[in-house]
Amino acid sequence: MTRPSRNTWFGERLSDQGIYVQYLDDHHPVHMPCLEIRRLDWAHAAKEAKRLEMRLVAVWAADANKRAGKDASERRLCTYMAFAHPEHRHVLLRTELSAAKPEIPSLSGHYIAACRMERSMQDMFGLNVSNAFDNRLWIKHEHWPEDSHALLRAFDAHTPLRPEPERIGMDYDYVSCDSECVYEIPVGPVHAGIIESGHFRFLAVGEKILNMEERLGYVHKGIERSMQGRTAQDGIALAGRVSGDSTVGHAWAFAQACEYAANLDIPPRASYLRGVLCERERIANHIGDIGAVCNDAAFAFMHGQCLRLREEMARLHQEIFGHRLLMDAVTIGGVASDLSGDMCQKLIRQTLDIAAEVEHLRAIYADAPSIQQRVIGAGIVSVVDAKDLGLLGFVGRASGHYSDERIEEAYPPYDDLIIPVPEGKLGGVSTRVWVRFEEIANASRMVIQLLETLPEGEINTVWQAPEAGVSGFAAIESWRGEIAAWVRFGMDARIDRYFVRDPSVINWLGLELAVRTVPVPDFPLVNKSFNCSYSGNDL
Amino acid sequence: MLRILHQIFKVGTITEPLASSERFDVLGAQLKTAVRQRFQGSLAIRLVDAGSCNGCELEIHAANNAYYDIERFGMHFTASPRFADLLLVTGPVSINMKTALEMTYDAMPSPKLVVAMGDCAVNCGVFGKGNYAIAGTVADIIPVDAVIHGCPPSPTDLIQGILACLNDA
Ligand code: SF4
Repeated sequence: MTRPSRNTWFGERLSDQGIYVQYLDDHHPVHMPCLEIRRLDWAHAAKEAKRLEMRLVAVWAADANKRAGKDASERRLCTYMAFAHPEHRHVLLRTELSAAKPEIPSLSGHYIAACRMERSMQDMFGLNVSNAFDNRLWIKHEHWPEDSHALLRAFDAHTPLRPEPERIGMDYDYVSCDSECVYEIPVGPVHAGIIESGHFRFLAVGEKILNMEERLGYVHKGIERSMQGRTAQDGIALAGRVSGDSTVGHAWAFAQACEYAANLDIPPRASYLRGVLCERERIANHIGDIGAVCNDAAFAFMHGQCLRLREEMARLHQEIFGHRLLMDAVTIGGVASDLSGDMCQKLIRQTLDIAAEVEHLRAIYADAPSIQQRVIGAGIVSVVDAKDLGLLGFVGRASGHYSDERIEEAYPPYDDLIIPVPEGKLGGVSTRVWVRFEEIANASRMVIQLLETLPEGEINTVWQAPEAGVSGFAAIESWRGEIAAWVRFGMDARIDRYFVRDPSVINWLGLELAVRTVPVPDFPLVNKSFNCSYSGNDL
Repeated sequence: MLRILHQIFKVGTITEPLASSERFDVLGAQLKTAVRQRFQGSLAIRLVDAGSCNGCELEIHAANNAYYDIERFGMHFTASPRFADLLLVTGPVSINMKTALEMTYDAMPSPKLVVAMGDCAVNCGVFGKGNYAIAGTVADIIPVDAVIHGCPPSPTDLIQGILACLNDA
């Protein structure tokens, strides 16, 4: 594989603005470089990124990585932000905070999507984000002891937190309204159906939603902290369970970040097989969600049919890859199991069959007035808002924001494929469903092409961990959209920091916009059309 | 409409006899015959995700598909704990979900059954005990009658596990 050269586009733009940048040598890959900037340039750099129409990928923190055995407690904190440009790929920026007063200005004035990530950062590291318009707790719920910052080295991560008695019963400061005609509907954390846990607070006037606010963090399980100290091989099972429905996407993002850090190329056959797994995961989830959307509008026929197709896929996955949901199929350095010619044929045949069945169902769906009346025009996110938030995946593609890492990053095997982009603009439930139907058809073609042109060879490379202090970053287009993962290695080939941003972190914000002025009974429908992950958000 | 009917006839009935599974342990000596009789062939299940990755939920959905059709065994999922007979819990119990889980349990009428589904619910799974964010396994928080292993357990494991929990005594 030819190695791409260093990506200096954004660095040059920043230098033009008088921002001093330094490329970090212990970060990979070079086409997604990490630049050290001065703290006082932090907000300025974000402003420049915004001016260049870059998308904010993520904001996170880590303790600075001083290789020269400094006492861990003396390590300063660093904050990172990552941006992406459709033509100029990803860039990471990093700055070091003062040890005495760890503080960083908020980016939310330029990028509204930064807000929740900054709040997580405050919760987890106890640093202070200044000028933020929202300083409420996020992942750290009210009952946590005030000084518990779970990603600080000094924090005791092995004992379950004990809620402070005087903090129990403290409530989150929800957006509220004093008007007499506005009423509140609290929903969750335990929802009515078979779904994950989280809280929604509605303000409604008559039938219509005035505002919906999400309160998440309920299923926070300390994934980032729990990853620390694991080897890459040991960590991938955890990464594959960040969100069980995107297990391939998350395992791939984690594996690729590790492989980049270690400067390791995986064999072409392995990347093709990863592509097959990821596209099959995309098909299965889209099918499931289309059924669920229809079910919420009482079009149960479609739900039954979609569940059936999804089950057929799960069974073949069990037979061929040993797991119904494809967990643990991606490994560090490759994939867990090879395909025989027979298995390839089976997969091709089933993918063709499913694609044909979905097309058939699509025609029935398009022709059924009962469902069409519910989905058309419901839950709209405008093109302007989608761009502003940087909405990802099919949600973005339904609202005129077409970022797709399979095209922009073009990591293998997608550099060998043509990836059509369904260009939705109307931004409602029906458009999101339309994009999903299109993606099922496209993904099916990709699965077949990948299997028909499957290169011969190994399915694994020997893993060799990088030296301490080296980090890697990867962006993978999972079925929900871009997963960004950043991994830094410490001593003894063990991971010393893992940060992952599920696309849901961004897309949850889109849902809040989409349900404004929507009738309350339409909320489940709109919610299903997004199907954001709680677990992926809460970590 | 004709196309819908045609599709229904074309697919036909695909529901299968339930396969066997060994991936569950019934713990409940406390399950009394009286409890079983109360259900009268209809069991209302309330699910609580106490911190799962959503993998277990996908398999619960699958248990409702036409192949497994959990409802033919008289089991159905209900929105309210107030009239639920069985509490199905997935995930390790996160410290942020502990109170909600306890409140759901308390809101159910007695007698009530609790089934912990999935390795996370049984032993905290890949997320591990000794984790600041995890209050414990389900059994650490509320009394558990049966556990179903697997990550995630298959729909067959789930249905067999619940049936075994009911039939044991
Ligand atoms: S048992 Fe496995 S599938 Fe179920 S919640 Fe835990 S990690 Fe997810």
